[in-house]
Amino acid sequence: MGLLKMLDKFGDYCMLMWRSLAIPERWKEFFRRYLNEIYKLGIDSIPLILLVSLFIGCLCTLLIKLNVSNPLLPRYSVGFTTRQIIVLEFASTILCLILSGKIGSNIASEIGTMRVTEQIDALDIMGVNSACYLVMPKVLALVTVMPILVIIAMFTSLFGGYAICFTGLVDPDTYIFGIQTDFQQFDVWFALIKSVVYGFLISSIASYYGYTVKGGSVEVGKASTDAVVTTNVLILVFDVIMTTIFLM
Amino acid sequence: MIEVKHLDKYFDDGTRQVLFDINAKFYDGKVNLIIGQSGSGKTVLVKSLVGLFKPENGEILYDGRDLTKMNRSQLKETRKEIGMLFQGAALFDSETVMDNVKFPLMMFSNMSDKEQRERAQFCIDKVNLTGSENKYPAELSGGMQKRAAIARAIALNPKYLFCDEPNSGLDPKTSIVIDQLLWDITHEFGITTIINTHDMNSVMGIGENIIFINHGHVGWVGNKDEIYDQDNDDLNNFVYATDLFRDVRKYRREHGYVKTKVNY
Repeated sequence: MGLLKMLDKFGDYCMLMWRSLAIPERWKEFFRRYLNEIYKLGIDSIPLILLVSLFIGCLCTLLIKLNVSNPLLPRYSVGFTTRQIIVLEFASTILCLILSGKIGSNIASEIGTMRVTEQIDALDIMGVNSACYLVMPKVLALVTVMPILVIIAMFTSLFGGYAICFTGLVDPDTYIFGIQTDFQQFDVWFALIKSVVYGFLISSIASYYGYTVKGGSVEVGKASTDAVVTTNVLILVFDVIMTTIFLM
Repeated sequence: MIEVKHLDKYFDDGTRQVLFDINAKFYDGKVNLIIGQSGSGKTVLVKSLVGLFKPENGEILYDGRDLTKMNRSQLKETRKEIGMLFQGAALFDSETVMDNVKFPLMMFSNMSDKEQRERAQFCIDKVNLTGSENKYPAELSGGMQKRAAIARAIALNPKYLFCDEPNSGLDPKTSIVIDQLLWDITHEFGITTIINTHDMNSVMGIGENIIFINHGHVGWVGNKDEIYDQDNDDLNNFVYATDLFRDVRKYRREHGYVKTKVNY
């Protein structure tokens, strides 16, 4: 029964995505909404990203230095390990988990409220493809802006790690040497690919939960929570799948 | 004219029938009312008429074109001829009144921005909302929101105007303003207006063609004059449930007329 329900939901989700892939009625309006979503979902998230990334960078460096001290390990391993953690996991996966809470709940509650207040019905009655009008700008905006946010997170975290070096725990020059050692450009590309996939998952799943909500404010709240939980689980599942495919 | 033939609508995977063999006609240039108790199926009927619900059986003919058999693009074209006022107004929260009214023009007309603005202003003036163009829905009263929604609904010169309980949540005075507005718009522009209501003031005031829905069936068809003298028990129980309207009927029978606030 549970599996059938899941398949049913997946089918609904695919149909919503298919409907949202239509050609917009008015390109001018589409671009206006697209830029607006970039601002709302992306630019507005930058302060949170800066804050979280800075502290995570500091903590990574600090904890690695404190817990992985072995005379056989080179001193630059602190910078090296910090970079690998940040580039491969934190800046893409963990950051997207954090953002799914902010952005996912925002999208699900916005579209859900529009559903329960009949604003989506109003769009449909006017002959507007509501799925395309509401969902596509959000999905495209987040897919576009997520790699940029991930790059910002990478730089900020590495800077955070560098900043903590000035407490005297790690030599800043050794840290810089560490983050440059054995650098694989593909690791960054891999993080960016993941960020695009996560951006799509966050925006499309949250849109689906908001679009299909039935009832009132309680259901909108539940849809918002369900959207975040589902997105988080799927981000982790896709992380394992993509890491297996690309890095093994 | 919109004609409904043998319409059935089910919910809960076909286990619960809400509409039973509905046959009705909604006439051009007239205020058509769908009345009935809460839960009788009025809103389901209206939402089926505009294609938000797909009926299991029956035909919905818009000047002969069957809505139930239209493909997506035909449905889209037909919907451009429809304006709808929702129970909660359904204005876009993040847009001003002007932008809300301009929205259908922007999406579906080839007007320049200036022309869109002029047309939107005309509609806003028509519903007496002049001066509220730059306000957001949250800054408007319930009656003003309904009027803004009417302005949006008529922006594209629709052939058919649907209203889902336009007076719900409004005080009697504001309800009369809305009724008057719907009456005026219907006759000035020759729109086929279909109003779903259980407001008896509207029934007595503007009901040129009334369809009474009782437990999902068409219980009675007539107009505001005929409603006083009919002998349908279900309708009488619904319309004359309060002393006030029993007194109105008594007055009407004694004097031959009832004066309403709506000016025809």
